Amino acid sequence: MELHYMTARALHGMLKNKEVSAEELCRAYFSRIENLEEKLKSFITLTKTQALEQARRVDAKIKQGQEIGPLAGIPVAVKDNMCTEGVRTTCSSKILYNFVPPYSATVVEKIQGADMVIVGKTNMDEFAMGSSTENSGFFNTSNPWDTGRVPGGSSGGSAVSVGAGEAVVALGSDTGGSIRQPASFCGVVGMKPTYGAVSRYGLVAFASSLDQIGPLARDVTDCASLLNVITGHDPRDSTSAPGGYRDYTSFLVDDVRGIKIGVPREYTGGGIDAGVRQVIAQAVQKLSSLGAEIEETSLPHVEYAVPCYYIIAPAEASSNLARYDGVRYGYRVEAPGDVVDMFKRTRSLGFGSEVKRRIMLGTYALSSGYYDAYYLKALKVRTLIKQDFDRAFEKFDLLLAPTSPAPAFRKGENINDPLQMYLSDITTIPVNLAGLPGISVPAGFVDGLPVGMQLIGKPFDEGTLLKVAYSFEQNTDHHKQTPPL
Amino acid sequence: MLTISEVEHVALLGRLELTGEEKKLYQEQLSAILEYAKKLDDLDTGDVLPTAHVLPLKNVFRQDEAGSHLESERVLANAPERDGNFFKVPKIV
Repeated sequence: MELHYMTARALHGMLKNKEVSAEELCRAYFSRIENLEEKLKSFITLTKTQALEQARRVDAKIKQGQEIGPLAGIPVAVKDNMCTEGVRTTCSSKILYNFVPPYSATVVEKIQGADMVIVGKTNMDEFAMGSSTENSGFFNTSNPWDTGRVPGGSSGGSAVSVGAGEAVVALGSDTGGSIRQPASFCGVVGMKPTYGAVSRYGLVAFASSLDQIGPLARDVTDCASLLNVITGHDPRDSTSAPGGYRDYTSFLVDDVRGIKIGVPREYTGGGIDAGVRQVIAQAVQKLSSLGAEIEETSLPHVEYAVPCYYIIAPAEASSNLARYDGVRYGYRVEAPGDVVDMFKRTRSLGFGSEVKRRIMLGTYALSSGYYDAYYLKALKVRTLIKQDFDRAFEKFDLLLAPTSPAPAFRKGENINDPLQMYLSDITTIPVNLAGLPGISVPAGFVDGLPVGMQLIGKPFDEGTLLKVAYSFEQNTDHHKQTPPL
Repeated sequence: MLTISEVEHVALLGRLELTGEEKKLYQEQLSAILEYAKKLDDLDTGDVLPTAHVLPLKNVFRQDEAGSHLESERVLANAPERDGNFFKVPKIV
């Protein structure tokens, strides 16, 4: 079997048995990347020199007979909104085109501490604002299943790198679906953990009450292994949860008997592509045949989730992005007049149109006279959406829905209609508003394009999500399909 | 529908300079999005408390002890313009 489609678990065995060295593995991934990048464009920055050094350190440990961790020597891709000390971190924005962070994000320290090999920084929608990676300030990324289509977003580069075998696993961030939706579009596993489970220290902020870092992987086992590495309390993030962490691999048991799963009727009707509905119906059938107890339920307020989110997220973004002013780092306009002229022109030339649109929207929603009508109203509706989930979880262990209403769309299809683009997030956004964990797992195909099933869990119950996702995976072979590259 | 002068006011608050074309585009797009957001008014939220944050965390305290910090040279390394140990900007007053 070719190295580039193997799982971390399988590669770990090969590394330990000295069937392959970490350096050989690293070189194999870079040769794969070099072959595919022209076509896919997953990466903004490649870190081959550092990667090879790290791989050789792992090889030295193996040679000395030291125990290595389950992800030691495994090539990992990192979304370009996580700070990497000494390695350019752009957020796919011209305003940060030359930014070299003086420190690393906690998650980056953690994956390095686990001896993982960072191959590069992946393309994304600028500041994670988008659902197609078409809002990158640099270039588009292509879906490996059909290069005329988008990979989803905003963690499009991370999802493609895993789906195309350019990395074994990747880190993404999810503010309204930005891990789960590209995972679904690219046929990989992607998880947004509970809000607070993974430190946001060193993650460039978009909407701080919604942002969460999570893993993308080829299968649920690798997803659980990476989750083990990145979760945990971090005193440097005041919203980091103090406890509730587990060994997530302990939940990888093929047994869903007696698990109660609710299927919200809002996500099985109109507005969902017929092919996607069929895939989800078959997945429900499969889980039911394995012994899960599945019933229809309702989340009556989720139809308000998109307008609620598109007030709250831009409001937080308009505040978070105020820091890009050309003073301390990043782009500064040539020959500024006075300071305000410098701020205005730096920001206008540095930010792309979607980012400016959201700063405008958020600034408006927070401005004098409109705060109560828009922002406060949205925060109250957020409470109602959260209560819908609380009620559903009194009866069910988890909820099941499509990850996205449709498979990957064509490049350019939604780019001129921001509202249409926003509506493609309807199935993922409520999960962020309620701070819940959600996972997308490959569940089938529509016209050759992958479709993900989303499982949504109680806060800090990633374990049950992983158990059900793992059982589904063990009894299906969707995750074993590879794109026609 | 937002007026052009409202668009200009919001742009100033957000420290953005928009071209005439952008003003028109954002006038249309923001109006459409805000109109869509009016859907939230269908819900009676009179007795509902706002959720700014989902975690049940209140204040997070730590001991008031001196820690380490980045050296100024590393902090200034990304500065577009500097003067010694200062970030340099155009004249303010």
